[in-house]
Amino acid sequence: MSSTLRRRVLGPAAAIGALSLVLAGCAADTEEPGAGGAGGDADCAEYEQYGSFDGETVEIFSTIAEVEADNLELSWADFASCTGITIDYVSSQEFETQINVRAQAGDAPELAIIPQPGLLQRLIAEGYVVAAPDSVEANVDEFWSESWKSYGTVDGEFYAAPLMASVKGYVWYSPADFEENGYEVPATWDEMMALTEEMAANGADNAAYRPWCVGFASGDATGWVGTDWVEDAVLRFAGPEAYDQWVAGDLTFASPEITEAIELVGDILLDPAYVNGGFGGAESIVSTTFQDGGFPILEGNCSMHHQASFYEAQWGEDVTVAPDGDIWAFLTPPAAEGDPFAVTGGGEFVAAFSEDEATAAVQTYLSSDLWANNRVALGGVISANQGLDASLASSELAVQSIEILQDPDTIFRFDASDLMPAAVGAGSFWTGMTDWVLGELTTDQMTAFIDGTFPR
Amino acid sequence: MADFWTDAFEKFGVMVVGLAAFAVIVGVLLFFADRAPKKGRDFWQLLAFVAPAMLLLLVGLIYPAIRTTYLAFTDRSGNEFVGLRNFEWMFTQPEIITVLLNTVVWVIVVPLLSTIFGLAYAVFIDKAHGEKILKSLVFLPMAISFVGASIIWRFVYEYREQGFGEQIGILNQIIVWVGGEPQQFLQNSPWNTFFLIVVMVWIQTGFAMVLLSAAIKGVPVEIVEAARLDGANAWQQFRNVTLPGIRGTLVVVITTISIATLKVFDIVRSMTAGQFGTSVVANEMYTQAFRRAEIGQGSVLALTLFIMVLPIVIYNVRVMRQQKEIR
Repeated sequence: MSSTLRRRVLGPAAAIGALSLVLAGCAADTEEPGAGGAGGDADCAEYEQYGSFDGETVEIFSTIAEVEADNLELSWADFASCTGITIDYVSSQEFETQINVRAQAGDAPELAIIPQPGLLQRLIAEGYVVAAPDSVEANVDEFWSESWKSYGTVDGEFYAAPLMASVKGYVWYSPADFEENGYEVPATWDEMMALTEEMAANGADNAAYRPWCVGFASGDATGWVGTDWVEDAVLRFAGPEAYDQWVAGDLTFASPEITEAIELVGDILLDPAYVNGGFGGAESIVSTTFQDGGFPILEGNCSMHHQASFYEAQWGEDVTVAPDGDIWAFLTPPAAEGDPFAVTGGGEFVAAFSEDEATAAVQTYLSSDLWANNRVALGGVISANQGLDASLASSELAVQSIEILQDPDTIFRFDASDLMPAAVGAGSFWTGMTDWVLGELTTDQMTAFIDGTFPR
Repeated sequence: MADFWTDAFEKFGVMVVGLAAFAVIVGVLLFFADRAPKKGRDFWQLLAFVAPAMLLLLVGLIYPAIRTTYLAFTDRSGNEFVGLRNFEWMFTQPEIITVLLNTVVWVIVVPLLSTIFGLAYAVFIDKAHGEKILKSLVFLPMAISFVGASIIWRFVYEYREQGFGEQIGILNQIIVWVGGEPQQFLQNSPWNTFFLIVVMVWIQTGFAMVLLSAAIKGVPVEIVEAARLDGANAWQQFRNVTLPGIRGTLVVVITTISIATLKVFDIVRSMTAGQFGTSVVANEMYTQAFRRAEIGQGSVLALTLFIMVLPIVIYNVRVMRQQKEIR
């Protein structure tokens, strides 16, 4: 009897408790944007140009989640309250498949933030994306370089403006480790190889030490880290024209230019004396996650780690990233001294699936210098927007990255695997690199395999 | 807060309206079925009850099946007809042939091992002390999702090269204790496929055990006693009495596990994502169709999977029907 009574009382009580927890969570969520930095007392004068749309709702669909998503919502909080547009932000880990499904089903969001130009161009080719309004194109002409604009353009028609950016090809190192051993930041690729050799000789007494530490593992995207290495080598040794031809499929992986670049990468990644510090031999690269990849630097088991600017967030709170801090990064050096400054990078694009005016207003705002400054001031990200004030960036590395992106002499190329057809860029290029570092494919076998999957 | 309630009301309100509309429609249909003209009333009543299910099957099963079959003959966008090119692709690409072979290995090994282990266990613990607890222990993995099991086993297989810190994975630690060299179980092809299969066997053994144990208890005691009186030893009893007595259940167990194995996706995807030569048809189908946007190639793999499942289902249905006739 008593046990049934207890069950009768406790069950609903527990349910109410759980429900109030859920509600408390919701309440906290809705209050947050108002309390945050960029929100609050908005000065609507800046937003007058975008017009007023009471009661309109614009859905933005994207991969960006958690803290980054909160910052994104903060970056347009003022815009939303001044223009009266409700921005309904939705993010999904399965964005890349879901956007196809939603577009095909006629249920596309008003706007999508697309991280791969390849995917963007496929959606444009299938006729789902509407051309950008003139106000967006004007912004892009004013604030972005030609190459950035070209990634959002198909057959001369401009569709999607870039949003944020990242710089790839950084080599992370410990300034203290370099100073202690008298290492110099290399100015050319050859110097980097000489440095690697010197480090391997110096570190011979530590069995777990190798000059480089590398992690390829990333779930079903395992291998993308390797493609970044090859892209950096291709851009530096074969040059930007060859890079573009390679992306377009006009230059095969088996061509001498690309094969040479792959072999240069192989000189590091396939040599058990040079990799994989703190983890094992070359074959341990594929089982090391990309998130963990650089940590042996902190333990002194490796000296260099090749990874994009976003890796800054991986180091954690108690590691200072600065030229005189615990960790700093140099850009992968050019092939020869005096070569033009070339970097690879990534970014997102905002594509519209609807022609209504509220959507166009949001799209215009997102392509403006105003948005870029608002968002970058919140920290954590950078943009290649020329109107961006680099001093607003949250860290020294971010300031440096923005300056690189804004420098008119920088040769910028988008991550090749994001530009290539998905069968290669999100498929055989990844798996090919993985099998190659495992030693299951030779360089020639790998290039033949990838070429065989390139849709032509 | 107010937002929350309006939002919740909106969603639940829609749900309530939907349910009410559904009830009304069904009510009206049944009303008319009841009032149907005497002539052919059976037919109208049958139709009223079967039509909703048929309609859902049509929309959710028949139509997608036909469309997938059609897409298997089209290019990557699904718009252009390309004849048999996707089939040619499937049987000429070395990595897809590996995928097909892997699936064959899976579908032979998993049902065989799960059933053997499950049956042996069921026989040995039959009428033993603490049978219920022993059964629950083996049945527990069934309660874990495939993804959860994969994550557990990934830890078991974790690898650190010798001299680069302590082993995290229990299996490699055992190897190190007995003086061996740690292995990359999930990366070393072709054995990695078998290490994935272990996970599936671990899960399915419990299923086989529970069903077979129930079937063993259903074997008439008189026959068992008669066999014992005739002087049959344990093996002979098992071979000639138990086994024929549980044949029907055995077929159901094997076919069910075979079908589950053919469709295996979660384990492969969460442990290796189909890399290192471990991919199977279901995983490759998803990768091709959704990740790489090769709709035609994905569909041809889906069709292959369907064709592979078909004979097992047909066999299953036939055995079930024979059983019914015996009864």
